[in-house]
Parts: sequence; C-alpha cells; structure tokens
Amino acid sequence: MVEFDGVGLRYGPDAEVLCDISFNLQPGSFYFLTGPSGAGKTSLLKMLYLAQRPSRGIVRLFGEDLVNMPRQRLPGFRRRIGVVFQDFRLIPHLSARDNIALPLRIAGVSEEDLSGPVGEMLSWIGLGDRADARPATLSGGEQQRVAIARAVIARPQLLVADEPTGNVDPEMAMRLLGLFEALNRLGTTVVVATHDIHLISRIENAQMMRLEKGRLADPTGALRYPPANRA
Amino acid sequence: MIIPRVPIQHRRLLPDRRLSGPTPWVIAILMMLTLLAAAAGVGLARSANAIGSAIAGRVTVQIVTPNPVTRAEQAAALRRAAAAQPFVLSARAVDREELQATLGQWFGSADGDDPVLNSLPLPALVDIDFVGENRSRHMEQLRALVAAEAPGARIIPHAEWLGPVAQLIASLAWIAGGLVLLMTLASAAVVIMTARAALGTHFATIEMLHLIGATDRQITRLFQRRIAIDTAYGIALGSVVAAAILLLIGWQWAGITSGLAATASLGPTGWALLLALPLLAIALAALTARQTLLAALKKIL
Repeated sequence: MVEFDGVGLRYGPDAEVLCDISFNLQPGSFYFLTGPSGAGKTSLLKMLYLAQRPSRGIVRLFGEDLVNMPRQRLPGFRRRIGVVFQDFRLIPHLSARDNIALPLRIAGVSEEDLSGPVGEMLSWIGLGDRADARPATLSGGEQQRVAIARAVIARPQLLVADEPTGNVDPEMAMRLLGLFEALNRLGTTVVVATHDIHLISRIENAQMMRLEKGRLADPTGALRYPPANRA
Repeated sequence: MIIPRVPIQHRRLLPDRRLSGPTPWVIAILMMLTLLAAAAGVGLARSANAIGSAIAGRVTVQIVTPNPVTRAEQAAALRRAAAAQPFVLSARAVDREELQATLGQWFGSADGDDPVLNSLPLPALVDIDFVGENRSRHMEQLRALVAAEAPGARIIPHAEWLGPVAQLIASLAWIAGGLVLLMTLASAAVVIMTARAALGTHFATIEMLHLIGATDRQITRLFQRRIAIDTAYGIALGSVVAAAILLLIGWQWAGITSGLAATASLGPTGWALLLALPLLAIALAALTARQTLLAALKKIL
C-alpha cells in the first residue's frame, strides 16, 4: 500500500526535519502516528497525502514510485486518499453539504448520484439539519465533523488524519473513531496522527509509529500499543 | 472556448463577487481608449492613403504670362494638348472665378466682388492627372508639352507641398496603431495581474482542491471563466462608451465636407476592425488568464 524507504525531508537549506524514515503500511491496516510537537508528524503526513515530495529516499504508493511521478498523474492518486486536516481547511463560502460533496464533484460524480451519500453522511455526523450552514457558523467540533465527512465520502483507499478528534467531545471522538474503524474494516488503510493515548487504546490491532526528532522510533512495530508481549 | 463551460456546482467553488474588483473597470477604460485610438488610426490611415493617391499623380501648371489674353490662350491650348496625350487621365483649366473664390477667403471677400481682388494679376492654372504609376516619365513628357504650349509656365507637383502633410498624417496613424498595441499589452498585463491576484486570494481553496484530486485543468477553467466574464463586462462597457463617443464625433464630422478633414472616415473595413477588437480582446484575456494560471499552478505540487 505505502512504502517509505530511507526517506528524508528538508525545507530549503535547513537540516532535515525527517530523516531515514522507512516503513511499510499494509492494506487494510490501522496505524497511529504519535510523537511530541515538532517531531515531524505533519511533515510525514504531507508526504503521505502527496502534498510534499521527499528530499531523498523512495516513496511507493499503490505500487507506484511517487518520487519521480509526473505531477499531472498525482490527481488520480490523490482521489484515492482521504485527508483530515488539523485545521479542517473547509472552503469558507461553501455550505457543509457542498464541502462534503466536493471530492465526489471533483471526481465527476453526477449531482443525482452524490445527493444520497452526502445526505447520509450529514445525518451520520449529526449535521443533517445544518446542511446549508457555512463553516463560519459551525462550532469547531462541527467543522471537524464536516472535514472528516469530506475525507471519507469518496471511500478512499488510504485515510490520513491529523489530530482528527482534537476539537470534539469524547463521545463524538469515539463516534468518529468508530467511523474510521468501520472504513478500516471495509479495507481502507487508516493513518491517524494523535497525541491522545486513550484513543490509541480503543482500536484493537492498531499499530503505532512514534516520531522523535524527525526519526521513526518504531519502524519495526515493536512499540505497538498495546505492546505485543502484553497482549 | 473563450469562456469555458463549468458546471454550476463547480462555479460555486469561487465566491460570487463579480464586478467588485477593479479589473472590469480598468479593462473598460483601456478598451475605450484602445477603440478610440484604433478609430483614430484607421481614420488617419485612410486619410493619408486618400491624400497620397490623390496627389501622387496630380500636377498644376501655373502660367504667368503677363498678357492676360495670351495667358488664357496658352492655358486653353495646354489643356487641349494635354487632354489628347495618352499619359494624361484628365486636364482641367481652373476657372478665374474659382481662383477668386479661393483667394477671396483670404481677402475677406468671398463673394468675389472685391476691387482689389479683381485687380490682381492671377495666373492661369491647369490641373493635370497622370495615368498609371510611371510618374517621372510622365513628368518629362509634360515638361516638353508645357515648353511647347506655354513657355515659361511652372509645373507644381502636388506631392511637393501636400506630401509632408500626408506623411505627417501617416505618422500619426502609425502612432495610433502603436497606442493600440501598447494598450493591448497593458490589458494583457492587467489580466495577468488579476489572474495572479486571484490565485493568491484563493490559494487555500486551490490547495484544498489539489489535495482532493482536482486537476490543473479543472482549477484553471474555474478561474479562466471568472476572469473572462469579468473582462467581458469591462470590454462591453468600454466598447459601448467608445461607440457613443465615435458616433458623436461621426455626427459632427458629417458636417465637414471640405479640406483634409473630409478624407478621414472609417469605412467598412475600419468599422469591421473596431467591431472585431472587443472580441479579440476577450479571447486574448481568456488565453492570457489560462496561460498565467497554468504556469502558476505548475509551481504547486
């Protein structure tokens, strides 16, 4: 599914923010990415959702070399990835409904075909009655839910989420995690960056990767939570 | 297509703020000036051509023989002899009344009944138009004819005294053409700046669209459509104002029937050019916007 081999990333002439990152994400698996602030989690996620090419190393996604891939081929790959951003990145002048429908519209799904899934998704995240609300009129938690709905509406093969439950109450956090789990059961590979240790403990068979100072502390999965030897 | 078709749901990806920015108004002003400069250029070019072709093959023979009877006889003989030559298209003796009427405008007695004017020893004039393009050979033949029929008469090629005026008018026409070119470039620059500003303003949306799999073409069509429509509004407004000004000038110009001014007109080709310019401007704006957007998007992963 996703293979990083000796990947490094630097911005400009500065030192590498990610160094010698190697891992292999298996199809249909669930991963947590943890680490202190500034460890490079967001930079790593950026490479996963194709917003950044590595400075060195090999990145393979869906069996294709992404480092040397022409940029005109990237949109096709991006449509297979769902992304939940830490800062939501909703389009401010679009309603909740239109924000959620965006990936389907970009993919060319007809209005007739997308109205059903979008309506279902709105109901599921509890915003069925606020479908026409603009993001500015939604609370942080509601915006977060819209952002998650937008990320999963097109049934991505890979779901990347950066602190997806940071702005929602514990009950909604569990519901959203349940959605991720359900998607994962349907075959979606999920990568969630989080600081929330309680969240990590809720998903069985989830694997944990920990970043510290730009290096992956657990490339082999030895620090899987709960630890393999404790299970 | 100049204004690309975009599904209505996709159009909403850009906020609807039509005509709120300066672009349509700047384009309107530039379009108006472009059309006025183009009209001036076409009018001047046609005037220069009309004057040029009129004077290129025309000469006036000035007979200044002191005896008025001999002078009139020489003029009549020269006119007859010239009219019979194969290199002469037409030969016309200018009437004394016509000369007096022309001079009367300077003497303040246009009715011709002026004792001073009547006492002037006016020369006899014969206007001759040559056939074809071989002016220098025809001039030699005319000199021989004049020497035989009216010795001492002076031959005045019109190109000698009207040529500089025609050249000046032609130069002004070129300057007007240059202004059209400069204003076209300025319009393109405005469109480029608009496209870049739009990219800057909506960068977050563009980045988001990219990350969910939108292609450069999809994003470009959105912005190209918006810029082309905004520009079209400006072009339409500028064209309407320019047309009103040109019609007003044309209405006033219609009263001028003499002199150099009468040679200036737009003609069917000129009007066709003026009508085509706004359409070309819209096409240029759309193309410029498209290329600017595509070039800018290529810099984003």
